[in-house]
Formats: sequence, C-alpha cells, structure tokens
Amino acid sequence: MAEQQVHMRVWRGDANGGEFKDYRIAVGEGQVVLDVIHAIQAQQAGDLAVRWNCKAGKCGSCSAEVNGKPRLMCMTRMNTFEPGETITVSPMRTFPIIRDLVTDVSYNYQKAKEIPAFKPKAKESDGTRRMYQEDIDRVQEFHKCIECFLCQNVCHVIRDHEDNKPAFSGPRFFVRLASLEMHPLDTNDRMELIKQKAGLGYCNITKCCTEVCPENIHITDNAIIPLKERVVDRFYDPIAKLMGLFSSKNK
Amino acid sequence: MADKSLTLDQYRTLRKDNWWMEPLMVVAVLGGFGIYATWAALQNANYYAAPYLSPFYSPCISANCAHVTLPLIGSWWNLSPAFLILWVPGGFRATCYYYRKAYYRSFFQSPPACAVRDAAKSYSGETRFPFILQNIHRYFFYLSLVILAFLWWDALLAFRFPDGFGMGVGTIVLCVNAALLSLFSFSCNSCRHVCGGYLNSFHRTPSKFKAWSFISGLNEKHMQYAWVSLVWVGLTDVYVRLLAMGVISDLRFF
Repeated sequence: MAEQQVHMRVWRGDANGGEFKDYRIAVGEGQVVLDVIHAIQAQQAGDLAVRWNCKAGKCGSCSAEVNGKPRLMCMTRMNTFEPGETITVSPMRTFPIIRDLVTDVSYNYQKAKEIPAFKPKAKESDGTRRMYQEDIDRVQEFHKCIECFLCQNVCHVIRDHEDNKPAFSGPRFFVRLASLEMHPLDTNDRMELIKQKAGLGYCNITKCCTEVCPENIHITDNAIIPLKERVVDRFYDPIAKLMGLFSSKNK
Repeated sequence: MADKSLTLDQYRTLRKDNWWMEPLMVVAVLGGFGIYATWAALQNANYYAAPYLSPFYSPCISANCAHVTLPLIGSWWNLSPAFLILWVPGGFRATCYYYRKAYYRSFFQSPPACAVRDAAKSYSGETRFPFILQNIHRYFFYLSLVILAFLWWDALLAFRFPDGFGMGVGTIVLCVNAALLSLFSFSCNSCRHVCGGYLNSFHRTPSKFKAWSFISGLNEKHMQYAWVSLVWVGLTDVYVRLLAMGVISDLRFF
C-alpha cells in the first residue's frame, strides 16, 4: 500500500463525556492502527491519550474498539480497511474512561485478587512433584493469555449491565480459574467460588470472548463450558454427586 | 477539545459490518425448523412408508402408531405418537451449548452480536428459572443416545423391503440421518466432559484420555454437525412424508 490519506474518527473525552474528532492523516505501507494513532498524536493532537507498550501483540496494553470491534490496535493492519473508509477508534466501553482511548481497568485487578492462588500437592517421596505431558497440555493454552481484557470488554454481562460487575468475574478470570481447577497438582477447591462469587451462571455462552481473543484461546469451549460442567457435577447432577462420594477425580 | 456533551453509551454499536445477518439467518432456519417439526408432529399421518419410518416418529412407542417400534404405551394415547418422542431431541438441542449461543443471540438478542447492546435492560443469565434448567443438558444427552440407537435400528430396517434385502434412496437418507445425528450427539460438550473432561490427571486413565481427545476433535465441529443434522433430519421427514403421500416414489438400487 503506497502512502495515502485516511480519515480517522477518534473518541476524545473523559469521564464526563466527549465526542468523536476527525483527523485526516497519511498512512504508509505496513502500518497498523496504533501507528496512525501515534502519527495523529505527533502531528495533530499532542494531548491525545493512548496506552501502549510492546507494539507486538504481547503486552495487551493497546486494547480499543476499531470500527466498533474490540481489537488490539497494534495488531490491526491498515490495509485490512477499504480505501476511503472512515475508521472509528474508541476506548473499551466496559471500563470507565480516564481520557480519550485510556480506560480504568482496575475492575479486573480486583477480580484477580478474589481467586485463591495455586496450592500444590505435597512432594513425592523422592522430593519432587511430577506432571505428565497429557495432563499439562490442556492448561498450557490458558497461559497464553496476555491480559488485554478484550474478552472482559466484549462480554455483554458487564458491558451492557453495569450492575452485574460485583457478581461476575468475566471470561478472563474463568480462564484463570480453569487453568487452576484443571491443574494436575493443584489442591485448592474453587467450585463454590466459581458458582457463587465469580458468577459463572451469568455466562450464556454467546462466545464473543472467544471471537475477540487475540491469542485465539478457546475461552468458551475449553474453559467456560468445562467449568460449567464441573459446576453441574457438584451442584446440579445428583448421580454425579453420588458417584463423586465413592470415587476420586485425581484431584 | 471535546465539548463533553456525549458519551459512548448513546451508541447501540459502532460496528459497520452486517452484524444482523447471522441472527437473522438463525431465526429463519431455526424458526422454520421449529414450525415445520410442530406441523409434522401434529399431522399424525404419513410418517411411515415401508420400510422407512420418519425420525420425527421414531421410536414409535404407542399402540396407535402406523409402525410400532416398541409397544410401551397403550391405546389410551390418542394424540400423535411424535409427541412422546420429540421432547427428547428437542430438549437436547434446546439445552445444547452451541444452540444456546445461537438462540440467545438471535431470538433473545442477548446480545444480538458481539459489541452490540443487549435488547433487555436487565440480565441474570442462567442463574435463575427457567434458564437455570440448562444445567440438565447431560440428561438430555443420555436420553438422546437411546433415541439414536433406535434411529440406527430404523436405518438397518430400511434395508428390509417386503420383497427381501434391498437398498433405495430412502435407505441412504435414513443412514445419513443416523450418522449425522451420531456426530452431533457425540461431539456434545457434556459428552466431552463425562468421557474424561472431568479429570485433572489423565495419565492414570489412558482410555479416558483417548476418548476425551477423540471427542475434543469432534467437538471442534459441533456447530457444523448441529446445523447439518438439523436440516437433514427435517429433509428425512419430508422424504418419508412425500413417499407416504404418494407424491414421489422411492428409487431402488437393488
């Protein structure tokens, strides 16, 4: 793509309100949305606030909404838009706006604190703990999370219903809970927390978290649904509950 | 600088693509299937054309059946025998994790698409009645396996013609129907869980690990199996119905 002018509409404002401001700016070959935001900041709006860090899709800082879709700005290439298309950039809607494209994501850190930490089994007689590859493969996927909070942002449970925030942890923390609950060495029991305090029942499996995940983690199928099934085992399935009294699940 | 007169909340969505297309298609296909299945069940006729039995009426378990599979219900039952059966596959699909996504988005608009505002002002998800009943999905899965066994039996009977062993187009239709419903049933998330997903450690149970791995592979295409099997089971009923009504005749290969 040779250098060309693009029309950007960027949200400018703070907690009290704001508006979309128009910018026309040159875009070079290979650029991403974050490059263009930086160019606007450098050439036309020095006070434009944007959070960023690695520019490589690994720090999860530059989360925003591009044409209404939750995206990492550093991973959204400008050549994916039609020539002449107006590109709208707005902050993540689920979190309070601090300024322009920067939001206050502290809700997520509060939810993270509610999760009991990893508590490993006692060591074996030779002083080691062993894990087998087939046991650990499943939770490895969850460790790819970069905490960009796009899944939290797109989740309608809190995006459209602010009042659910105290009762719902959100998909990022269901991934965290799944990685701990399925861990072959962990001994903590978090099922009551998953059902009650984390509010797993609020999730209605509409899979938007999976659709927006930049690390392609199968959040719904591999984390949330297996957790829902474990909640059924414990709280809703009398036969599974009865069988659970007589057998260990290798926890 | 901004005049601070607006907030982002005023926009239902800032998406510019045709996000409404998918929920619209789901309403059309799922709604159309629901209407057709209800109509077909109410007909109480034209569901058997020897040797083919429509899957909407299988297994046929009441005395008033045109082709009794298993005589469990006496002649006191005078409604359509389809109603004795359809609640099982209906419940299985209604509580299926994939269909939940499809109908929550399209019929309840909760949300209609990603980053598009919910239609309802308040939301409690699956924490309260009636949606808390979604948690019995695995029981519908178990019951569906029983129905599935009968559908395979029907597929086998579809090779047995009045003049002996044979195969017609209807035989293939019934066999494909049973195969697609098997793929849909065994790719189910609850099946994945009960076959091994509940474990934290697989290395002591290699057979469960193999079963879980195999079903995990199937599960990746659960959505596709859900749609194809839904359409095919409807078409199977249409085929048997048209045969029974004499509108078409079955092509025999041998």
